[in-house]
Amino acid sequence: MTQRLPLIIFALVMAVIPLLPGIPPFWIVLLDNIGLAALVAMGLVLLTGVGGLTSFGQAAFCGFGAYTTAVLTTAYGVSPWLTLPASLLVSGIAAVLLGLVTVRLSGHYLPLGTIAWGIGLFYLFSKLEFLGRNDGISGIPPLSIGSFRMLSPDTIYYAIWVAVLLSALLTMNLLDSRTGRAIRALRRGHIAAEAFGVQTPRAKLLVFIYAAVLAGLSGWLYAHFQRAANPTPFGAQAGIEYLFIAVVGGAGYVWGGVLGAGIVVILKEVLQSYLPYIFGGQSQLETIVFGIMLVLLLQLAPQGVWPWLMSRLPFKPARKTPDTSVKLEHRERAAGTSPVLLHIDKARKQFGGVLAVNDVSFDVNAREIVALIGPNGAGKSTTFNLITGVLAATSGKIAVLGNEVANAPPQEVVKLGVSRTFQHVKLVPDMTVLENVAIGAHLRGNSGAISSMLRLDRTDEAKLLAEAARQIERVGLSEQIDQLAGSLSLGQQRIVEIARALCVDPMLLLLDEPAAGLRHMEKQRLAALLRQLRDGGMSVLLVEHDMGFVMDLADRIVVLDFGTKIAEGTPAAIKRNPDVIKAYLGAAA
Amino acid sequence: MNTTIMLFLLQDGITNGAIYALLGLALVLVFAVTRVILIPQGEFVTYGALSYAMLATGQVPGTVRLAVAMGLVAFALDLFFARKALHARLVMRSVALNIAFPVALLGLVYALVGPNTPIAVNIALALLIVAAIGLFLYRIAFQPIAHTSVLVLLIASVGCHLALQGLGLVFFGAEGLRAPALSSAAVTAGPLRFTGQSLAVYALTVGFIVGLWLFFGYTKTGKALRATAVNRLGARLVGIRTTLSGQIAFLLASVIGAISGILIVPITTLYYDTGFLIGLKGFIAAIIGGLVSYPLTAVAAIVVGIVEAFSSFYASNFKEVIVFTLILPVLVLRSLAAPQVEEEKD
Repeated sequence: MTQRLPLIIFALVMAVIPLLPGIPPFWIVLLDNIGLAALVAMGLVLLTGVGGLTSFGQAAFCGFGAYTTAVLTTAYGVSPWLTLPASLLVSGIAAVLLGLVTVRLSGHYLPLGTIAWGIGLFYLFSKLEFLGRNDGISGIPPLSIGSFRMLSPDTIYYAIWVAVLLSALLTMNLLDSRTGRAIRALRRGHIAAEAFGVQTPRAKLLVFIYAAVLAGLSGWLYAHFQRAANPTPFGAQAGIEYLFIAVVGGAGYVWGGVLGAGIVVILKEVLQSYLPYIFGGQSQLETIVFGIMLVLLLQLAPQGVWPWLMSRLPFKPARKTPDTSVKLEHRERAAGTSPVLLHIDKARKQFGGVLAVNDVSFDVNAREIVALIGPNGAGKSTTFNLITGVLAATSGKIAVLGNEVANAPPQEVVKLGVSRTFQHVKLVPDMTVLENVAIGAHLRGNSGAISSMLRLDRTDEAKLLAEAARQIERVGLSEQIDQLAGSLSLGQQRIVEIARALCVDPMLLLLDEPAAGLRHMEKQRLAALLRQLRDGGMSVLLVEHDMGFVMDLADRIVVLDFGTKIAEGTPAAIKRNPDVIKAYLGAAA
Repeated sequence: MNTTIMLFLLQDGITNGAIYALLGLALVLVFAVTRVILIPQGEFVTYGALSYAMLATGQVPGTVRLAVAMGLVAFALDLFFARKALHARLVMRSVALNIAFPVALLGLVYALVGPNTPIAVNIALALLIVAAIGLFLYRIAFQPIAHTSVLVLLIASVGCHLALQGLGLVFFGAEGLRAPALSSAAVTAGPLRFTGQSLAVYALTVGFIVGLWLFFGYTKTGKALRATAVNRLGARLVGIRTTLSGQIAFLLASVIGAISGILIVPITTLYYDTGFLIGLKGFIAAIIGGLVSYPLTAVAAIVVGIVEAFSSFYASNFKEVIVFTLILPVLVLRSLAAPQVEEEKD
């Protein structure tokens, strides 16, 4: 409840403002505009700041929302409230169609693509006969409840701000959930998220649609506020401005969107009314100032205003500690047809002319710690990537309990009970340790986006967080549970990755250099933990360069050199093996 | 449709396409070196074209004053960033480039401007003005954030576009301008008549494509510029001056943009905001070329030009819609062909 308190206060303040005596009506119009922009910016926060997908085309989705209600109410006489679902649906469907194309684009292709379709749609709006071409559609009926018609800016004000507050609440609920964590992991690349079963293309499409629906809602409100719709507010310029709003406010924060909308809308108003006095009569001067400020802002405060404000608050919002007594059911085990846990038969990976893994075969049995060692570039990490489905093998067979993996995507491999850590730590630095580890339990929960937004996911969510907290305790990081993952030392981050992998409830744990960056005592604790896991029935396959650590810990060692297996055996046998000595130290002259 | 119309449309499309190709090349060039997606490329076009048009009528364009102002800011930035290690040579170089050059240009413009100034002088002045603006734009807006992600650079680029377009309205007004033709020569081939103007367009486009392709593929400087794009730190470690690379790229891009502008302003009336749309079409070509390939970009630009010409004949209302949606199937193909690679961002 304490987390809701600021929201309730804000809602009350907003509710009182129009009732204050002596408030100029012009201020209410400004607040209406701020609310409308905040809705779009909130979508962009989720899409761009959190999900890492930059869109310059959000204004076009406002257009879908506005034109849908404009056409339905004027040409077909449909009641404005009935057009709301239609407006949201049309923007949503447009988002699905555009999103299927757009979210597949990587890197800078994505923003470029959004500019292109943003402009294309603008021209479409301004050329279509039934949308009134450049003149648009006017005479849209106002929103009304019974005989109360929201004709003036201070009546529709409530409709707009109820929409803003509800959307903010739903968005924050969404971010603080299983689906939300998957979305927040997107910006850091997709490999880590996929290794824990997140369907990244689906998560991207979800945020894309969500942002579009919020924009559609804004467009719907805009149409009934202005009582008219024409193409200008839905063009490229507006799309750029929305992105500007999100960046100014703080693209990673829901309230940053609202704050940014406030700053930009007011600033624009001030500039438009005063600049002509200073420079005399010229129009568009505000765009010059806008542009210059955008460049300045990126140089001076790329994170935006909201996080800057928050860091100045004298108190920090408290976090809830999860109740670890809640049990999470075990993952459903895949039926096995073979007693061998992991069977690798002549796995081969070729990158062009380079043979990274050359017909490597070995097994991992139940309750066994196997170490994969070899000099740098021996193909150890590539072997890991073949097992976990990150890379497709050129040839050969990999099977888990007799179920052939056959180049399945990582999301399928993890379902077989194989989880992993990464050589280069792949955590989300601006999420807490708890949230990072909970991503590991992604497949063990089942709440979707809608139930998260409506807070129907709380029992499911409590179980996931409890499991995450238990695994954090198990690896000995309870002290750091609420810290941001990015603030931990590299060694601790590796341990967080292990906790995340344990959340999968795996049968086989793949650890890529888990001891790198650890101090002596920490290494011993790690070794004890791995032995304990093995005795509890888990198997571990690890890549490691610390020979003392490996020789002490491993039951069996597989040695790779230049992609080829050169030896396999107990630590004692490997130490004496002449081929291994030659590979590591070179041949005696 | 008869063959003559088709030929006319083709000719029209190819001429426009050649302009788009020039712009597309500049975009690829800047992206390949600095990772900046240069939205203000369109402003270089309008600045070049309209500065030339104003000079042709004997007026001093406001752009030259902008160049001086930007030079001052660039100088201040140079001093500020080098405040810990100021030495005379550095200051002298900065004064020469950021103050002496634009001020000299300003003096030159005032000295030479007039209704009877030869076309060649006007062109040279317009090119120099835009070159200075391009150079300083990189120094002011992009050099301080050169290490950041493509996305941040893109948003900054949009900011520059907004500012420059607004300034364009101040300098040139809302009325469109047109300039005299560069040459009155013409060649007739069958039903088609090739003006000297369009022949110049073709020649320059082909020249730039071949030149850039050779420069980046086969010269040491060209390779150094490309290395800067891939890994700035690595490039610096092997002795490449990365800021210089960025400046060269922006200089080339602004000159190419201004040339395109000067080439089209005798054919069509240009407004202060026309450049953006023209630039975006060059953009579509550049994207089709994957922002890396010069020949592919050129071919794509010609296709864009032809599609535009035909759609303005058959569905003139939907010309822009067709041109801009052209990009979607291309993007789909690109994303299907190139599987996503892991990006380490932020």
